[in-house]
Amino acid sequence: MEVKGSNKGTLKRISGPVVTAVGLDAHMYDVVKVGNEQLMGEVIKIQGDNIIIQVYEDTSGIRPGEPVENTGLSLAVELGPGLLTSIYDGIQRPLEVLMDKMGDFIERGVSAPGLSHETKWDFVPTKKAGDEVGPGTIIGEVQETNILHRIMVPPNVKGGRIKEIKSGSFTVEETVCVLEDGTQLQMMHKWPVRVPRPVTEKKNPDIPLITGQRILDGLFPIAKGGTAAIPGPFGSGKTVTQQALAKWSDAEIVVYIGCGERGNEMTEVLTEFPELEDPKTGKPLMERTVLIANTSNMPVAAREASVYTGITIAEYFRDMGYDVSLMADSTSRWAEAMREISSRLEEMPGEEGYPAYLAARLSEFYERAGRVETLDHESGSVTVIGAVSPPGGDFSEPVTQNTLRIVKVFWALDAKLSQRRHFPAINWLNSYSLYLDTLHDWYDQNVSAEWNTIRAWAMEVLQKEAELQEIVQLVGSDALPDEEQVTIEVARMLREIFLQQNAFDPVDTYCNMEKQYDILKTIRLYADGAYGAQKAGVATAQIVALKAKNDLPQIKFTKDYKADLEKIVANMDAEFKALREA
Amino acid sequence: MKEYRTITQIAGPLVFVGKTEPVGYGELVNIVQSDGTMKRGQVLDTSDEIVVVQVFEDTRGIGRDSGIRFTGETIKMPVGRDMLGRILSGGGKPKDGGPDIVPEKRLDIIGAAINPYARASPRQFIQTGISTIDATNTLVRGQKLPIFSGSGLPHNEIALQIARQSKVPGSDEEFAVVFAAMGITKEEENQFMADFERTGALEHAVVFLNLADDPAVERIVTPRLALTTAEYLAFELGYHVLVILTDMTNYCEALRQIGAAREEVPGRRGYPGYMYTDLASIYERAGIIKGKKGSVTQFSILTMPGDDITHPIPDLSGYITEGQIVVSRELHRKGIYPPINVLPSLSRLMNLGIGDKMTREDHKKVSDQLYAAYAEGNDLRGLVAIVGKDALSERDRQFLEFADLFEGKFVRQGHYEDRSIQESLDLGWELLATLPEEQLVRIDRDLIRKYHPKYRKQGA
Repeated sequence: MEVKGSNKGTLKRISGPVVTAVGLDAHMYDVVKVGNEQLMGEVIKIQGDNIIIQVYEDTSGIRPGEPVENTGLSLAVELGPGLLTSIYDGIQRPLEVLMDKMGDFIERGVSAPGLSHETKWDFVPTKKAGDEVGPGTIIGEVQETNILHRIMVPPNVKGGRIKEIKSGSFTVEETVCVLEDGTQLQMMHKWPVRVPRPVTEKKNPDIPLITGQRILDGLFPIAKGGTAAIPGPFGSGKTVTQQALAKWSDAEIVVYIGCGERGNEMTEVLTEFPELEDPKTGKPLMERTVLIANTSNMPVAAREASVYTGITIAEYFRDMGYDVSLMADSTSRWAEAMREISSRLEEMPGEEGYPAYLAARLSEFYERAGRVETLDHESGSVTVIGAVSPPGGDFSEPVTQNTLRIVKVFWALDAKLSQRRHFPAINWLNSYSLYLDTLHDWYDQNVSAEWNTIRAWAMEVLQKEAELQEIVQLVGSDALPDEEQVTIEVARMLREIFLQQNAFDPVDTYCNMEKQYDILKTIRLYADGAYGAQKAGVATAQIVALKAKNDLPQIKFTKDYKADLEKIVANMDAEFKALREA
Repeated sequence: MKEYRTITQIAGPLVFVGKTEPVGYGELVNIVQSDGTMKRGQVLDTSDEIVVVQVFEDTRGIGRDSGIRFTGETIKMPVGRDMLGRILSGGGKPKDGGPDIVPEKRLDIIGAAINPYARASPRQFIQTGISTIDATNTLVRGQKLPIFSGSGLPHNEIALQIARQSKVPGSDEEFAVVFAAMGITKEEENQFMADFERTGALEHAVVFLNLADDPAVERIVTPRLALTTAEYLAFELGYHVLVILTDMTNYCEALRQIGAAREEVPGRRGYPGYMYTDLASIYERAGIIKGKKGSVTQFSILTMPGDDITHPIPDLSGYITEGQIVVSRELHRKGIYPPINVLPSLSRLMNLGIGDKMTREDHKKVSDQLYAAYAEGNDLRGLVAIVGKDALSERDRQFLEFADLFEGKFVRQGHYEDRSIQESLDLGWELLATLPEEQLVRIDRDLIRKYHPKYRKQGA
């Protein structure tokens, strides 16, 4: 590292997580060590001789006059084998290592590398001496968990012809490959978190991320490489929905950022993930997961950084050619961290005290999602699902509004639904997905040619029900015409059987596309039978009281449901037939 | 220790001191008035030129002739086993005429965050004896569950009943209560103290009292003293500690007062932008640590200004705490005690502590069914107001009656009525039995056959 002018200065002022230093040569976003305890901080403003620094740890007891040292580097993460199954704080310090070093509580002034520098990994080269490599080229593999960790030429290295490439057991710091120009490559490289990693090309998102959640896959799908927001007032099941997504989505790698959330909730994730099985591989889910836990009482500046740390790790796995899904819970806490630091900087506030650059930061972040052709010409994706916690459930507040301007999918959680124990409490009338058109062909080819039609039909019935409910509220359901009473009944079935899903039931927690289609189809079958019977003069009360359909909800909780479903369909037919003939 | 007489400005609870040696951020400060009385404060902002001190007591009597002593350390609190049974002021000084606390340890009151990796998952059911909590919003050890109330509602009675009746069925481990009052009235204090004395709860309690006429700024430290004590009792001495904080609204008002005095840019409704982080530093101090015997469970009470759940105080609290128990003015007016409205109430950790081997296998499903049926019945009340009862279908009438029954029998209970979880669940079944069996869609048929009163009677 080149030392420029003076890389040492002194502290002048301390005000909570924001401190001012003088006599320091610094550039924006340089990482600095603050005070005698060498707390980690980052330069966020330069004002004449005053260098303003946000500190990632508690600053109690720090005095003016203590030293400040500039490392000259940006805040970066270590990328290499050892990331999977890790649990980090907002600045990639492994929480497990921190616990070994300082006990049950997080004290300050302890640094810990993001990856273990001692563990040896078996490196298997996929290139040989004489091969030409460029930035991002995969040169070898490490079997990290059940996931194959691909080692690449760092995107900021020019590349060239390989002079020597080794095979065998190495630590992440040992050289595994030497290029002809003398460049030495290790399994680990560092990347500054605030800089998006380069790709060859961004592609159109036209493959859905299958989540096993009926309301999501069925009605409001998200594409791989897409962006979604889950805004919800507290208590509306936002966290449960995000966790279900982290558990069941068919991404190969999951990065979960607990940003300013509850400690006990993170513990739940930490204890549950290692026990849960990946529905595809049968291995613990944890083996494909990286967790970042920065709870609400951990330092606010590290909370600001945690989102960048997470997305950089996600991009790294994408560059290996994996489909990655990233959950950020919650981006509102991230925005609040920005607000808190901005107000300490005495910046001119924008709307509701948030900094004027809030919208820009949010869009920069979501723009790092996408389905791409990597530098090595593989296909990979990062899907970003951000939770938003609007104060008082008011969607007009700045964080929700600025997020909605960017994201393509909106899953509107509704406290009213969760009060009725309708879970997932996603409101089917307010939610939307802008990927329906791009995903149309995929559903056509992979689920059924009927799928898009039947989906549209279900939405129509639900929409119709909402209108009818307004009338029912005024005059009662008996006053409705017969046909519409059937519609109400069909909509009820859609809500209670298709949309409601029990995340705590071992079978119902994940529902594959085939089963989703089967359930929807059966409800459609009932609807057709019902309208048909009505035309044949059967009384509405009898249609609504059809016995066979009462067994349908049980299908959700049955693993091998096909035989039962056939029986239900047969019974339904028989009953309708009997009614028509009676 | 050096004494400075360089006060340049005094504004509200803040004292600005110029020309000092380097002073640490967050340091404890003693302020000596000209008549010799001493007041305490804390450094809020420090630089070469000026140090801003927040005074925990009234600034009356402080002038430019007052002396400032910087103690060189952050605020520490003496803690010890003999704190149990003591009554202390909101600033931690004995208030019961007893001797000073014999310190076994001196702890920083700004507790460090528990490493999420060191936390153990809370999953031990606490039985409060109140059906609307036990059956439908279950509390577990290590949880933080606030009561969202309004002025004039019986939240204190509910808190006392919880403190009185809480137990882990089938366990006789050591437990303690830490009670911190912020800005409550003398009358309320009397109510709490009388109950603690009558039930003998005081013996295993530590009480911190900051009353309505005590300095508002002292309220900033009161909950932190209480939680430092609680953590000491729990994680060093192995007690299961129930912390009751009342009233968090007064705490937030004090926070706003200081923010305004510092001329900070205000956030929503004038509360400081960092209120979320600040509240988190209180609420998050609950939980269980792997390998440690004790636990800290938090019950905080806050009164929603204007009964508005979207007000910043309940709103930010709700985002940090693991659920909320909402006290309803409407139920209170109907004369129902405890007037807990289960619909907006929630316990996020409930599913960890219930079910087979913990409470009962049917617990979750019964709770879901009660919620769904009550929500439906409650909605129908609006309809009845327009079209009258006669226009309802038979099914709707049954749900309407269920809602009334639920409030009258399940929600309502006596101040000293301590229902076991089995009793609460059976009561739930009794009410559900008034509905047609095919309407119980949330419950598996096996469970219906096992627990539905109709089948149970046949079996008996």
